[in-house]
Amino acid sequence: MAKAILTLTLNGRPREDAVSHNVLLIDYLREIAHLTGTKMGCDGGECGACTVLVDDRPRLSCITLAHSVAGKRVETIEGGARDGRLSQLQRAFHERLGSQCGYCTPGMIMAAEGLLRRTPKPSTEEIRQGLSGNICRCTGYTKIIEAVRVAAGDAT
Amino acid sequence: MEFMPEFRVLRPASVEDAVAARRDDPDACLLAGGTDLVPNIRRGIVAPRTIVDVSEVAEMRDIRERDGEVRIGASVTLAELIEHPIIRQRFSVLVQAASEVAASSHRQVATVGGNLCLDTRCVYYNQSEWWRRSNDYCFKHQGEICHVAPKTVACFAAYSGDLAPAFIVLDGAVEVAGPDGNRVMPLPEMYRDDGRDHLRLGPGEMVVAVRVPAADSWHCGYVKARVRSAIDFPLAGVAAAVKLQAGSLAGLRVALTGTNAMPLLLQGTEDLVGAPLDDDAIDRLVALIPKQIQPMTSTVTPPGYRRRVVANMTRTLLRRLSAEARR
Ligand SMILES: Cc1cc2nc3c(=O)[nH]c(=O)nc-3n(C[C@H](O)[C@H](O)[C@H](O)COP(=O)(O)OP(=O)(O)OC[C@H]3O[C@@H](n4cnc5c(N)ncnc54)[C@H](O)[C@@H]3O)c2cc1C
Ligand code: FES
Ligand code: FES
Repeated sequence: MAKAILTLTLNGRPREDAVSHNVLLIDYLREIAHLTGTKMGCDGGECGACTVLVDDRPRLSCITLAHSVAGKRVETIEGGARDGRLSQLQRAFHERLGSQCGYCTPGMIMAAEGLLRRTPKPSTEEIRQGLSGNICRCTGYTKIIEAVRVAAGDAT
Repeated sequence: MEFMPEFRVLRPASVEDAVAARRDDPDACLLAGGTDLVPNIRRGIVAPRTIVDVSEVAEMRDIRERDGEVRIGASVTLAELIEHPIIRQRFSVLVQAASEVAASSHRQVATVGGNLCLDTRCVYYNQSEWWRRSNDYCFKHQGEICHVAPKTVACFAAYSGDLAPAFIVLDGAVEVAGPDGNRVMPLPEMYRDDGRDHLRLGPGEMVVAVRVPAADSWHCGYVKARVRSAIDFPLAGVAAAVKLQAGSLAGLRVALTGTNAMPLLLQGTEDLVGAPLDDDAIDRLVALIPKQIQPMTSTVTPPGYRRRVVANMTRTLLRRLSAEARR
């Protein structure tokens, strides 16, 4: 299959790769860019584990073609920590036990990050809505919602 | 790597280029947000060789108002629709319906056009290749029989988009572009009750925009039944629009989704015009439903439940709109 050049900004750095038209964004991230933080959970658009940000909005990388994000800013969980310091959301998930087995966590944090960029002080209902496409089998969600509230400076 | 067939993707900059691309290759498939098409490709139920991505065609990306009529481009995302001031102020039924589609992350890319042209759904169809193979496939795709109704020669996959009923009660029309030119048709005319071929779009035709007339004197709403309160498709959904004059019905439109292979504009509601919108009228309205709908075992929730829930949702919605109209 013919490849085409895909140009994008990945976690703040511009890059270019030769990528076939039929490659999914999740496969591009994990197998071409070697960023394996983004997880594959379900078999297509149903669980949110693969959520990344594209131009600040959450996007399910398992049902997105890599070339659909050409020229855009893509952010994954690897873009969160700076110089070894966790982002506010990452720290809140860690300290509030918003993560147990951790499989849903990268997607959950990216969806929460997208929410906080759109709505910096979300109500509990807005948090529930913003994370409604992200399924967690472990935490029961209460701790996740608490973590997002803490990161938004809305709870201590 | 996940299984993906080989295809090439074209990204036309205009409607004209998109139509031309498909004229050259009639089997080319349209891609907007991809939240329906890409899972279907991954399941092997669609296998395009060429994909025409219309998600960034400028003429299909905006919401405009002229003389009270609003034109919504087909590639406007559901998140943009929900956030748009004109839609929020004047067409809250669209906000209600769009807010119930899938989950928040899907709505950031899912589009209005993709929602209206959503493929029909069935438990025997929206499955992986190996799952379908173990069942000898089905009548909708690759197989001989419809597992939902084995004695028929028909497909009962259900149309399950949330926006179509809302646009239908708003009297919406679609702008269609194709190799033979452009046309505008009332939204219900775009559908037929055939799960295998539910869109009346000719070869190479595509939806460019939806037009909605001013609805300021109407009270409209949408309610949906689903297994979980996020992510899930409607088991059934009901939209209604009512107009009252001096306490009596001056207009009434009801449309359903999830019950047939197409979104259904309920017939016979004009007989209620002139009557007061009371429990008696609502009973008469609900009595119109059973003969017109045909929910089948195309979902894991039995058809009997969907019949009951449609009746109950219609009743609840009409009472709510009646109270709102009197306020
Ligand atoms: C987990 C999950 C849950 C979902 N839940 C719901 C739900 O609750 N309610 C609901 O309504 N939908 C639901 N969906 C389906 C889908 O997300 C939405 O219907 C969405 O609006 C489809 O838009 P899209 O732009 O992503 O469509 P695409 O996938 O890009 O396209 C869908 C279909 O429409 C065709 N098409 C696209 N644009 C045009 C056009 N301009 N003219 C003609 N044909 C066109 C495509 O060829 C394709 O066949 C769900 C999907 C998933 C994965
Ligand atoms: S892996 Fe993408 S939604 Fe589940
Ligand atoms: S922490 Fe295990 S799935 Fe969420």
